[in-house]
Amino acid sequence: MLAALLVMTGIALVLGTALGYAAVYFKVEGNPLAEQIEATLPQTQCAQCGYPGCRPYAEAIASGEAEINLCTPGGDDNAQKLAEMLGREFKPRGTPVEKLKTVAIIDEQTCIGCTLCIQACPVDAIIGSAKQMHTVVSCYCTGCELCLPPCPVDCIALVEEPRTPQNWRWKYPVKGLKVVA
Amino acid sequence: MISRLFSFRGGIKPDSHKTESSEASIRNVPLPSRLVVLLTQGSQGAARTIVTVGDKVLKGQCIGEAEGVAGTAIHAPTSGTVTEIGPYPMAHPSGLASPAIVIEPDGEERWITHEPLDPATASREDLILRIQASGIVGMGGATFPSHLKADSEIETLIINGAECEPWITCDDRLMRERAAHIVTGSAILAHLTGARQVLVGIEDNKPEAIAAMRTAIQDMEAVARKCLDADKMNVIAVPTLYPTGGEKQLVRVLTGIDVPPDKRITDSGIQCFNVATAHTVCRALLHGESMVSRIVTVTGSVERPGNYETPLGMPVADLLAFCGVKPGTSRVLMGGPMMGFSLPSLDAPIAKGCNCLIAASNELFSPPPPEQPCIRCGNCANSCPVGLQPFELYWASRAKNLDRAEHYHLFTCMECGCCAYVCPAHIPLVDYFRFAKSEIRARNEERKTAEQARTRFEFRSLRLEREKTEKAARLAAKAAETRAKAASEADSALIAAAVEQAKMQSSVQDKAAPSRDQQT
Ligand code: SF4
Ligand code: SF4
Ligand code: SF4
Ligand code: SF4
Repeated sequence: MLAALLVMTGIALVLGTALGYAAVYFKVEGNPLAEQIEATLPQTQCAQCGYPGCRPYAEAIASGEAEINLCTPGGDDNAQKLAEMLGREFKPRGTPVEKLKTVAIIDEQTCIGCTLCIQACPVDAIIGSAKQMHTVVSCYCTGCELCLPPCPVDCIALVEEPRTPQNWRWKYPVKGLKVVA
Repeated sequence: MISRLFSFRGGIKPDSHKTESSEASIRNVPLPSRLVVLLTQGSQGAARTIVTVGDKVLKGQCIGEAEGVAGTAIHAPTSGTVTEIGPYPMAHPSGLASPAIVIEPDGEERWITHEPLDPATASREDLILRIQASGIVGMGGATFPSHLKADSEIETLIINGAECEPWITCDDRLMRERAAHIVTGSAILAHLTGARQVLVGIEDNKPEAIAAMRTAIQDMEAVARKCLDADKMNVIAVPTLYPTGGEKQLVRVLTGIDVPPDKRITDSGIQCFNVATAHTVCRALLHGESMVSRIVTVTGSVERPGNYETPLGMPVADLLAFCGVKPGTSRVLMGGPMMGFSLPSLDAPIAKGCNCLIAASNELFSPPPPEQPCIRCGNCANSCPVGLQPFELYWASRAKNLDRAEHYHLFTCMECGCCAYVCPAHIPLVDYFRFAKSEIRARNEERKTAEQARTRFEFRSLRLEREKTEKAARLAAKAAETRAKAASEADSALIAAAVEQAKMQSSVQDKAAPSRDQQT
């Protein structure tokens, strides 16, 4: 009887210590679930989900405090993907209208160099300094529109990215079925 | 001399339709009222205009300098006046516009002074620079800049005269009529690349071209002999099988080397040029003529099919009008029927890679029968020259399952069209593959920008965080400083007060002292 108790206690102690050490040594850095969620988000950083960017939104989903269908650029597709990944219920949000990628352009004649747009841009895509003309580095711009409202002289516009043979896409060859009668 | 030919897997034998256009000799076309020279002529880069509206230009004068090391220079195709610089539709399936220089010919065809280079004495760098400055690109259709290809160290040079696509005969006519220049150009290219042997591969359905090339090699010009011995160059008749003219297929047939999909042929010590490219290299170096025209096959439902020496920038509509389009023509194909595409706009000008125009009518090219479900017969897989499983690619592309399409090596597909040609279900397989390829490219681009946005956003958050802590630290330091100052002020006040007090005390004491003394 005593031997059995001793053996059990011994085992419990050894395993407990091992697990304790494992928890310390093999601690996973960061939040893997949030990272997985973030990988599916479109990274527009537009804050339309109500969080200051895609990463904060991903963390909010991971901790369970946010709905999975708040991302506007991602639309229903993204919500569906998240629903599958997390085993949560999919709630449609109404697919956004298919939009071509846009980039911001600053009218350099009108810009007064107030630096307000620089502070608003989530990806540091605007360069310029106080009282100097500003401009958008279009390859970094995500088209999030966050720089539009702060501009006091309304000199920022969003334009569609020009089509070139490099980014032009072939049509999907499947023809839709004709409705008969 | 190679004693044995090899074969590649797959391939098809479509009706060749060559005689329609191959029997008449190369003809000149009248100059149109305007020539539209697109700035983008090579696959790797564009040109930067160096003329302005109103400038008078001479034939062969450079009007656009090569942009960067991979750019392609452009030249005035005739003498005249620059009337406009603006966007014009490209000969591309998208029909998108690209900047172009418009020249109104003066009809005099005045050349700039020719500056020939002697390949035997000029340095290799000079020769390669001249090839770039002459705006030479691969004329088989891929338009890869030739100076980049010439700048390689190889064993075997292959000159591609296979011309395996049905209907196209421009290389055939060129070899029959201008074999000497092709041979000289090939010898120069061999000299540049250090090749020890030159193999000219020509399909055996072009006996006249083969004979002409053989004679030209026997009577090789002296300048070419300085670059390469005549017995190092051989014409080899290869069996007629589409797509023998594919670069890797021709390499396989002539040398037996199978170049893996992820390797280039230069990795196996081989380089390959089209016969028309070799011809243009010869004209550029020995005669100082930049690339200002090319031979275009016009065939199909036209009154006068044949091969035309066409100035670059001639609008397709003008060329077709000269050849007399027959009524009933429903669309115009650029390139051959297998790998070409239907032109969205006839305003598009002839560019350096346009080898063939086919006026298609419903009698010649019956509209494709309706697509039926795939029966998994496997014909497509048997015909694929690169050993793919087209039906798997088809299922994946149709389902937009891009990862699966990539898994089945979609990007190895060269869009030769063999699979679609043999498919009994009439599935336009190549359309699916083109669609899936452009989707995958777009998706990769999106992923790249998303990743970039993510890191930039993270960096910005970090920066804001850092600025906040720095600011807090600065404020704290400042606060501490003020406090210290206040404290020290308070201290000094205290000290002053203490001193004051001490003074007062001492004076009191002084006053009191005598009495104390008196006391003691
Ligand atoms: S709405 Fe979507 S794209 Fe915009 S910040 Fe939120 S998660 Fe990112
Ligand atoms: S430039 Fe404007 S639209 Fe573009 S990413 Fe910055 S804030 Fe968004
Ligand atoms: S040839 Fe056509 S029907 Fe046959 S397996 Fe290929 S795609 Fe399917
Ligand atoms: S189009 Fe692509 S898949 Fe079809 S036969 Fe040619 S290489 Fe193979």
